[in-house]
Amino acid sequence: MSVKISVTINGKKYTSQVEPRQLLVYYLREALSLTGAHVGCDTSSCGACTVLIDGNAVKSCTTLAVQVDGTQVTTVEGLAKNGTLHPIQEGFRQEHGLQCGFCTPGMIMSAADLLQNNPNPSETEIRHALEGNFCRCTGYHNIVRSIQWAAKKLQETNAAVL
Amino acid sequence: MIPANFEYHRAGSVDEALSLLATHDGNAKVLSGGHSLIPALKLRLNQPAALVDIARIAALRYIRQDGNHIAIGAASTHKDIATSALLAQHLSMMPQAAGMIGDPQVRNVGTIGGSIAHADPAADWPGVLLAADAEIVLQSASGKRSLAAQDFFLGFFTTALAEGELVTEIRIPIPAAGTKSTYQKFSQPASRFAIVGCAAVVQVSNGTCSHVRVAFNGVSDSCFRDGNVEKALEGKAATAENIAAAAAQAAQGVSILSDHYAAEDYRTHLAQVFAKRALSAVAG
Ligand SMILES: Cc1cc2nc3c(=O)[nH]c(=O)nc-3n(C[C@H](O)[C@H](O)[C@H](O)COP(=O)(O)OP(=O)(O)OC[C@H]3O[C@@H](n4cnc5c(N)ncnc54)[C@H](O)[C@@H]3O)c2cc1C
Ligand code: FES
Ligand code: FES
Repeated sequence: MSVKISVTINGKKYTSQVEPRQLLVYYLREALSLTGAHVGCDTSSCGACTVLIDGNAVKSCTTLAVQVDGTQVTTVEGLAKNGTLHPIQEGFRQEHGLQCGFCTPGMIMSAADLLQNNPNPSETEIRHALEGNFCRCTGYHNIVRSIQWAAKKLQETNAAVL
Repeated sequence: MIPANFEYHRAGSVDEALSLLATHDGNAKVLSGGHSLIPALKLRLNQPAALVDIARIAALRYIRQDGNHIAIGAASTHKDIATSALLAQHLSMMPQAAGMIGDPQVRNVGTIGGSIAHADPAADWPGVLLAADAEIVLQSASGKRSLAAQDFFLGFFTTALAEGELVTEIRIPIPAAGTKSTYQKFSQPASRFAIVGCAAVVQVSNGTCSHVRVAFNGVSDSCFRDGNVEKALEGKAATAENIAAAAAQAAQGVSILSDHYAAEDYRTHLAQVFAKRALSAVAG
């Protein structure tokens, strides 16, 4: 038996019929073609599927689509505005924060959660904030630098993360 | 991995949740943060006919002082607890333990009620609540009851929760002034569940230890209070020698878990090391 949900994703309202067992990541990827959230492990470990639900980073492979009914979801697709990369995205570009890019959307969404709560994090705080995100390419150093770049940029321009 | 089919109901109140559970007569499961349940559903270890979602019941999400207790609503997230100034003031091991659970994404949605109902032997809340002398408030269609944490946790993934019953609140007595608490944990490197987690509460006055509470997670098939360590330090001077002697008694007389992360003798050794670290932090 399917259930009707209404959810605002990246500022746009969607109303859909979903099976209660449908996972949020598959709803995003398959029903809405928002393929930014990746499925890495499918077992709540790697964080590649991280999206924001009402501003909080959550693993969408461990969330049911029905649980986000009535919430605001932000995926990596919602960050760039008018063709301009979000400062976190730009930071990953400037500081070479990705190689294959598979983990990147999740890293960026975790960074967005961090920077909302802590606009000027230390290196240690950044590393702790990424404990739920695995990267199999970069060795993390450049990811940390990318987030430092973004934090600085956001502060210089007095911009809100979201 | 896709779960088997189930019905989904979002409860707006505790009463509604209880009546939904009663309607399904044992075939419905409570859904809170979902961070233990959804992985189990995906593996089809669990195939309930219905889920009753309690995560958005506002009346289950609070941390407040209630007389000489702190009352925590069952749907409070690990993050709510990690960032609670009230708990930081009175019982700092609570925010400390909360901040060590999993990772930020897990802490954003996982709840204390879900964790204790699940009673994973490697979870962090059970031992912390034993050391805190917590009471667990349970509610069902036939009424409310309250159990000491000691009587709530019965064993490996086993609690005193009855069919159709909800954990609604965790109540913790505010410790006497001068009481310190800590949680020290040796984490499994990938999941961050406890290989050994040690919660300790001690009141030191005039250099003497009283109200000694030491409890472990991850060591045995259930959380437990370690009476041998507690007795060895109760009434003694808060010295490094007494702490070391008490910690050396840790994890005796219980069955010790063994897995590919930590064999029995290594886990026992870790329990002693973490008891010493915890006691040194609160009484050293
Ligand atoms: C990657 C990862 C890492 C983790 N690391 C840790 C860790 O380091 N330490 C740790 O302690 N935990 C860890 N966890 C577990 C996490 O803390 C879970 O959130 C928690 O165990 C369950 O809480 P929940 O709210 O998600 O419950 P759910 O998954 O929603 O529910 C768990 C069980 O409890 C029942 N239930 C839920 N709420 C209630 C209630 N109020 N009354 C009665 N029954 C109820 C459900 O029916 C279900 O059987 C981790 C989880 C993941 C995915
Ligand atoms: S795909 Fe969700 S955590 Fe790995
Ligand atoms: S860039 Fe390849 S996994 Fe992180």
